[in-house]
Amino acid sequence: MFWTESVLFLPILLEGLRLTVIVTIGSMLLSTVLGLVWALMRVSGIKWLALFATGLVNLIRGIPIIVQLFYIYFVLPELGITLSAVQAAIIGLGIAYSAYQSENFRAGIEAIDHGQIEAAQSLGMGWLMMMRRVILPQAVKIVLPPYGNTMIMMLKDSSQASTITVAELALKGQMLASSTFKYSTVFTLVALLYLVMSVPLILLVGWLERRAKK
Amino acid sequence: MATPVIELVDVHKHFGSNHVLRGINATIAKGEVVCIIGPSGSGKSTILRCINGLEAYDGGVVRVDGVLVDRTAPTIASIRTHVSMVFQRFNLFPHRTALENVIEGPVFVKREPRDIAEVRGRELLARVGLADKADARPAQLSGGQMQRVAIARALAMQPDAILFDEPTSALDPELVGEVLSVMRTLAEEGMTMAVVTHEMGFAKEVADRVLFIDGGVIVEQGPAQQLLTEPTHPRTQDFLRRVLRPI
Repeated sequence: MFWTESVLFLPILLEGLRLTVIVTIGSMLLSTVLGLVWALMRVSGIKWLALFATGLVNLIRGIPIIVQLFYIYFVLPELGITLSAVQAAIIGLGIAYSAYQSENFRAGIEAIDHGQIEAAQSLGMGWLMMMRRVILPQAVKIVLPPYGNTMIMMLKDSSQASTITVAELALKGQMLASSTFKYSTVFTLVALLYLVMSVPLILLVGWLERRAKK
Repeated sequence: MATPVIELVDVHKHFGSNHVLRGINATIAKGEVVCIIGPSGSGKSTILRCINGLEAYDGGVVRVDGVLVDRTAPTIASIRTHVSMVFQRFNLFPHRTALENVIEGPVFVKREPRDIAEVRGRELLARVGLADKADARPAQLSGGQMQRVAIARALAMQPDAILFDEPTSALDPELVGEVLSVMRTLAEEGMTMAVVTHEMGFAKEVADRVLFIDGGVIVEQGPAQQLLTEPTHPRTQDFLRRVLRPI
């Protein structure tokens, strides 16, 4: 019963899964880049840059992701910026998660012993080179385990893209279920598919954590 | 007279309401070894940190090779390549090997070709007795070995002077000797050195001059032998009595 239905439903759900992967990877990359920019602004030692980044991070953190998605998809067109649903989802989730990424990155950067900064400076390094050669390579080790957790959360939160019509896995499942009334089969499959994608990430996080302890 | 390598004129420094340097005047000539001694919190380390701009000073003038030290000016990076620093806690880069630590400055700051820097880096490690540790990470080294790598890292910049900030204070007692002996060799080879230290034996033997600092001023200075054996100021006498006979 479950198996015969699964064979029928899986190809449809896999279409949704493709979008889930695209949205997750896209927003992951964007949130990483933006998060690093906010974090570097906050530790730059330049007051107005740090203040701007702090304000921005708090603004982003204080607004639900779903509202940010609505804003980008439904409000921006009024200002003449029209995006496809997938583009809007990647940008929306990317910006929303950049706030959390930046806090994670900042914590990692600030955890580095101050002596490292002084050693870099006393070699005549400028700020950028110090970040690139001394601080960030060490911060990566601290930041990676929570970064892996963020990846898992983003995978699941990509389902919020369904609210702006992106037919990713969750929405595909909902459509399939309501047209076939096979709720238990469809949502079991959807849950299993998310789990299958999460497991490698969970294993990756565990591996990173063990490596970081060394 | 030639330009002194390091020159401090009436240098003042506050940490908040704490007036830590109250008018320091000192010069260090080329090839000179100057030890700075004094009680904790007297401002010894702060003097070193003002010389290479790790700390800003708020009065007076600090010059290195005749160039004004201003940590907000573009000249600061070049000044720092002329005066290297060795820290109490080594501050090696833990994610790089001993050799990588040594060549980091030459390759990435001074833009020397990597192969040339590596050859010299290995020579420097051999000079501090660590030829076989080139590929070791700091975590695999003892404190004394780490500090010797840090000295090689400082030397790799081919500096005009090296600042030592309590280089043996974080070491187990039995490891102090190996670091001091490297420093002694450097002094004999004519390196200009400013050394904040509690090692009175080293100061007496190696230093040309000793400055005794207390309360942010140079209380007394003079040739090492004279200042350490026949101090004239009561505070110097009191300090040396405590240091040499701690109980």
